Amino acid sequence: MKDIVIEVQDFTKTYDDFVAVDKISFDVNSGEIFGLLGPNGAGKTSTLECLEGLREPNGGLVRVAGMIPTREFHKLKNLIGVQLQSASLPESITPEEAVKLFSAYHNVEPRMDLLERLGLAEKRTSQFFELSTGQQRRMALALAVMHNPQVLFLDEPTAGLDVATRSVLHEMMRDLQKSGTTIILATHDMAEAEQMSDRVAILLQGKIIKIGTPIEITAAGAGLTKISVRTQSSNLPISNKSFPAITHAVQLDEYQIFFSKDIGPTLSAIIAYIEEQNDTLIDLRVERPSLEDRFLEITTNGVIQ
Amino acid sequence: MKAFLQHFSFDFKKGIRNKNLLLLNYLFPLGFYLMMGFVMVEINPAFLENLIPAMVIFGILSATLLGIPDPLVNARENGIFRSFKINGVPSLSILLIPAITTIIHMVIVSLIITVTAPLLFDAPVPVNWANFVLIFFAIAIACTGLSVLIGVVSKSSRMTILWSQLIFVPSMLLGGLMLPFSMLPETAQKVAQILPSTQAMNAVNGLAMGGIADFSPLGFSHYLICRGHIFICPGSLSFQLGFPQFHPQRTPRVGIIGFPALCGHDCLDVLKSSITFP
Repeated sequence: MKDIVIEVQDFTKTYDDFVAVDKISFDVNSGEIFGLLGPNGAGKTSTLECLEGLREPNGGLVRVAGMIPTREFHKLKNLIGVQLQSASLPESITPEEAVKLFSAYHNVEPRMDLLERLGLAEKRTSQFFELSTGQQRRMALALAVMHNPQVLFLDEPTAGLDVATRSVLHEMMRDLQKSGTTIILATHDMAEAEQMSDRVAILLQGKIIKIGTPIEITAAGAGLTKISVRTQSSNLPISNKSFPAITHAVQLDEYQIFFSKDIGPTLSAIIAYIEEQNDTLIDLRVERPSLEDRFLEITTNGVIQ
Repeated sequence: MKAFLQHFSFDFKKGIRNKNLLLLNYLFPLGFYLMMGFVMVEINPAFLENLIPAMVIFGILSATLLGIPDPLVNARENGIFRSFKINGVPSLSILLIPAITTIIHMVIVSLIITVTAPLLFDAPVPVNWANFVLIFFAIAIACTGLSVLIGVVSKSSRMTILWSQLIFVPSMLLGGLMLPFSMLPETAQKVAQILPSTQAMNAVNGLAMGGIADFSPLGFSHYLICRGHIFICPGSLSFQLGFPQFHPQRTPRVGIIGFPALCGHDCLDVLKSSITFP
């Protein structure tokens, strides 16, 4: 049985009369990457900020590494690393100075290797305002991980990052996970959440409406597989009765797109039909439902189950 | 200690590296000093007597009232304090270190003025250096405290400018920097006595430059230091209480208690001076 590093029970956060987070409960195990997903205003950042000790919860229990963040922040600060969504550094500080300064406050040796790994080595003496948005995000990331935190909070970590840096970040996250770091990842990037998270929680209107592994959450949806077919004559029948297990079908440019509950019979029937018509298959694409599809299904319906 | 020194070192460099701070800490006071030395002394030769104290105090006003509050508000609005908080920077360091480094910049500017004024303009130097230094630090601490309080309680940069100018402009006009206190109308003299620059100019004239004070400089000797405490204490308290949030919309307001405390203190002092000094 794994240790529970983050414990949240009936946690509530309000701003005057507005309830941002409404009695949510979840646990995060040691070494786990836990994704917090949700549309804007769902309560992700409020949850993270209470876990980080930046805000006081209005109700319930929040524990990180066995400590209550706002009460024991002085102890917790060296155990957690935080990359905030809305945070900055003084405009005249250089990456090198920032690493030295915050290392000193965390009482660890400065890790200049992180600047190299995150592509900031050439900018180590540039002032913060001279860095691009992506470089500033990387700088914040370097500061979040430089003291090898036990728990790492990442709020939209890949926003504004190019593909190469995103890949470096993912690699770093995996390395940290291997070394036992627990990572809480709040993101809008569903592909990233699906790829990186061991478990995800989907928040909507301040409540957790789904929690589980990405596969569990995806499987719990309508589970429709999208089959896109392009033939020489484009004469496949577009109707929900044209092939077995089809729920609905649409025409998009030269593709006929079918949504199937059971891919096997549908695909066999489509191929048989093409052969029967002496038509030629040009392209066939099968897309399993993704976390993004499931997320959209949940959040668009707006139904709290 | 290592962290404090790192932070101190960065903050000191920031005062030179940041163009706005460089302007307010050095270029503006030194430029104004040269202009006053070359132009004002020609127009009004009597001003030469006050050139060193007036320009030193002007440097203090520029670096503190104009230089400290806005960066504090901007840092809060841009989430810099949040970054500091999560990286374990103590809240007091965020206020104390910029205050100390600003005072050091003021010392450098004051040294430049005090050393060059006799050489360039033949300006008289203080006759009592110990008092001059003491008064310098008293006014520097008072203005730094006042500026920190403005930075802490101001909701936005716009409000910061308003509060700062509310003290800076009267200090320039009535504070004895441009016109001698004795030339002001009686009502203006009463108002002027509330300003730190008036207190400092009067004290410097009476206790350091060998001149005659317009009102009791000893009666106010505690004034400047006390004023520093009045501003720093509630400012710091308010900052500590507001530190966890640091959201622009949630500006800590406890520091506002510094203003009534200041007003009460000022009224008592003005009253006391009018009784004890004919």
